[in-house]
Amino acid sequence: MPDYQTHEYDVLVIGAGGAGLRAAVEASSRGVKVGLVCKSLLGKAHTVMAEGGMAAAIGNVDDRDNWRVHFADTMRGGQYMNNPHMAEIHAKEAPARVRELEAWGALFDRTPDGRILQRNFGGHRYPRLAHVGDRTGLELIRTLQDHTIHQGIEVHMECTVLDLLTDAGRIAGAFGYDRERGRFRLFRAPAIVLATGGIGRAYKITSNSWEYTGDGQSLAYRAGAILMDMEFVQFHPTGMIWPPSVRGILVTEGVRGEGGVLRNSEGRRFMFDDIPENYRSQTADNEDEGWRYTQGDKDARRPPELLTRDHVARCIRREVREGRGSPHGGAFLDIAWIKERLPNGAEHIKRKLPSMYHQFKQLADIDITQTPMEVGPTTHYMMGGVRVDADTQMSDVPGLFAAGECGAGLHGANRLGGNSLSDLVVFGKRAGEHAAQFAKARGAAQVNPDQVDEIARRALQPFERHSGPNPYDIQHQLQDVMQDMVGIVRREEEMQEALERIDALKDCAGKVAVPGNREYNPGWHTALDLQNLLTVSEAIALAAIDRKESRGAHFREDYPEKSAAAAKFNLTIRRGQDGSMTLGHEPVVSLTDEQKQIIEEMK
Amino acid sequence: MATATTTQTAAVSQISTAEKTVTFEIWRGERGQGEFRPYTTQVSEGMVVLDVIHRIQAEQAPDLAARWNCKAGKCGSCSAEINGMPKLMCMTRLNSLDTDKPVRVEPMKTFPSIRDLVTDVSWNFEVKKRIRKFQPRPPDAPDGTWRMQQADADRVQEFRKCIECFLCQDVCHVLRDHHLHDRFIGPRFFVYSAALEMQPLDTADRLADLRRRDGIGYCNITKCCTKVCPEEIHITDNAIIPLKERVVDEFFDPLGKLFRKFRGK
Repeated sequence: MPDYQTHEYDVLVIGAGGAGLRAAVEASSRGVKVGLVCKSLLGKAHTVMAEGGMAAAIGNVDDRDNWRVHFADTMRGGQYMNNPHMAEIHAKEAPARVRELEAWGALFDRTPDGRILQRNFGGHRYPRLAHVGDRTGLELIRTLQDHTIHQGIEVHMECTVLDLLTDAGRIAGAFGYDRERGRFRLFRAPAIVLATGGIGRAYKITSNSWEYTGDGQSLAYRAGAILMDMEFVQFHPTGMIWPPSVRGILVTEGVRGEGGVLRNSEGRRFMFDDIPENYRSQTADNEDEGWRYTQGDKDARRPPELLTRDHVARCIRREVREGRGSPHGGAFLDIAWIKERLPNGAEHIKRKLPSMYHQFKQLADIDITQTPMEVGPTTHYMMGGVRVDADTQMSDVPGLFAAGECGAGLHGANRLGGNSLSDLVVFGKRAGEHAAQFAKARGAAQVNPDQVDEIARRALQPFERHSGPNPYDIQHQLQDVMQDMVGIVRREEEMQEALERIDALKDCAGKVAVPGNREYNPGWHTALDLQNLLTVSEAIALAAIDRKESRGAHFREDYPEKSAAAAKFNLTIRRGQDGSMTLGHEPVVSLTDEQKQIIEEMK
Repeated sequence: MATATTTQTAAVSQISTAEKTVTFEIWRGERGQGEFRPYTTQVSEGMVVLDVIHRIQAEQAPDLAARWNCKAGKCGSCSAEINGMPKLMCMTRLNSLDTDKPVRVEPMKTFPSIRDLVTDVSWNFEVKKRIRKFQPRPPDAPDGTWRMQQADADRVQEFRKCIECFLCQDVCHVLRDHHLHDRFIGPRFFVYSAALEMQPLDTADRLADLRRRDGIGYCNITKCCTKVCPEEIHITDNAIIPLKERVVDEFFDPLGKLFRKFRGK
């Protein structure tokens, strides 16, 4: 019998980024006992990295904006693979969630008449992103964090959940350990909200921190939930690429929203060379019009730099491959040029993009008010994840909810910038609300002690082996496989090989040995994270092989076109009877008549 | 596009990737008991201290404990003392250090040691809970929203940049040398209090708390906190001194306070 401390809650929230905090606040405001578990300290989750803003059709800057336009933009961006009900809920509820943040102390940038200012972003027809300079995520997480601490929620910082516990198919709790001392913790809870974020650490070049090892997706999968859209991994077009140690760190799309342009080594604005048909009518056809758009001219159309992220990332890759890349294999992102158009341009850049200014100054010796940045694609976001009900965010496992990045459905094949922060609060709130309801209605479930023993036994195995592979090595090998073979451009044979390599790495992961003891031991933590990383990597590769077309973030060199047949289904993944990963096709959720009409009108 | 080409040449970072051997002396131990251990590894110029820590973890010491998250100076997790200076490891470039000599990395001294570079910063989270929460005035518009000018937001936004790295707490002598954790909340929470007190919508009053429970009087404005702030927040000038002035006005200058109230300020 392993030693463990037991905690009892009505609702347990796993993850303390925007979605987790919002879910916890909501559940506790409904009078249930809430526990919150997070792998880092409070306020450090990846939400803190979000820069550009939070999309909500509040229409403060352009009153032509409303939920219908936001809905249509989100569906178009997702190539109609989205769950339209989630896209509608999101577009309708985001404004209230933004205003609520202001009531809790968030300080957004202002319009001249004192309302919340909104900025342009890729794929959004009107200026829609409520923002605070280029540190909107920090404002969001701090506001929610500071609100949470007065709500009587018990927070377990630096605590990792190893597995979910089930009782005859429903959720009974979770089992994990605190990272500081390595002691086991049992959390009994009839309702659990997963808000664990993404999978970026499966790739070598990523904007994500160590935390993003696909925990929520894997925990849910092992507990019997269905994953969906796992082939859709977003590669953000603008990550830092030089010096090597900063490779992957995000450069906000806000740079382009403020007038930044992309050029190749010949000085050409290559984004004008390839404008997709479904965006042509909304996109500027000359440089001057694009500039006017970024400065708020309502008659101008947006510059091609603000096309969707999947497209911009592929264009940069094309320039590099065809020999027109920047010296370190990317493209030039130039914001300094706006000094030609704006008096005090340098000051303007520092005020609108302060953290970008500092990031480049400190990490790359570059003054972005003087010289262009070198940028290239970086693994950024997982559109897929746990399949959930649009209204309640409950997965296929009763009592198991998912919100934010680890859930699937809102973003379809590609997420628009700014739709993530709003996703967190819209669906975080809903998940918290329905988890509380579920817990009240159903009460506690039974924890099976054998399941707990087995999880604990497996977790301690790396200490029992005297020799074995180094967990960091396995992680690095996996990152190379995913980066090279299941990355931004995909081919069948490579992905088949990736699956074989992942299989081999699974064997290695079962043999890892770690030195030292259980107290704050990153080697052990890395070893335990491997299982989740391998699970999501396999799911991504399997789904990416099966989708024999190119759509949104998923680009197949061997199937470069969209396929009408493949447009009809979402790919699902579940654990089969024999324990192996099983693929399925589910028809895409159909549009209501009103939704059809909106999409038609906005074409 | 002649101008674009010129600027692009300049854009290429001059950072070299030639490898060099350096020695890091890293504090290893648990709960205050430990020693500096030398680790020799290959580095290149663009690297930051956190990269070296990661390389040592992967190649030599898998159980070397260190906190980190964003690796871009935005989350405030990787605070440590590098050659005696409180810094974020992810924002400290090797070319800012003399790598001909061993580089010393040790945990923040003001907080209890847990293991290696990781300290117990939980006191900070407890202090924050005690500070009166934000209480907005009633909305200005019928739709439940507020109006405020950017200029009014600006001065609070400076404080809201804080990434809670706690380097200011680490360097503050009231905490570091005098250990007045039970009587003094430290620079981070004066910044936090200032952000609330100066929030244009806030109506709560924290001055009595600041004076008595939070010990603002202990700060004697040495500005060490301001010097180490990675976000370059003017902690002393813009947060602590104005709060001290408000406390003085409130408790020691009732006439002046009345006069200012009369003038509507």
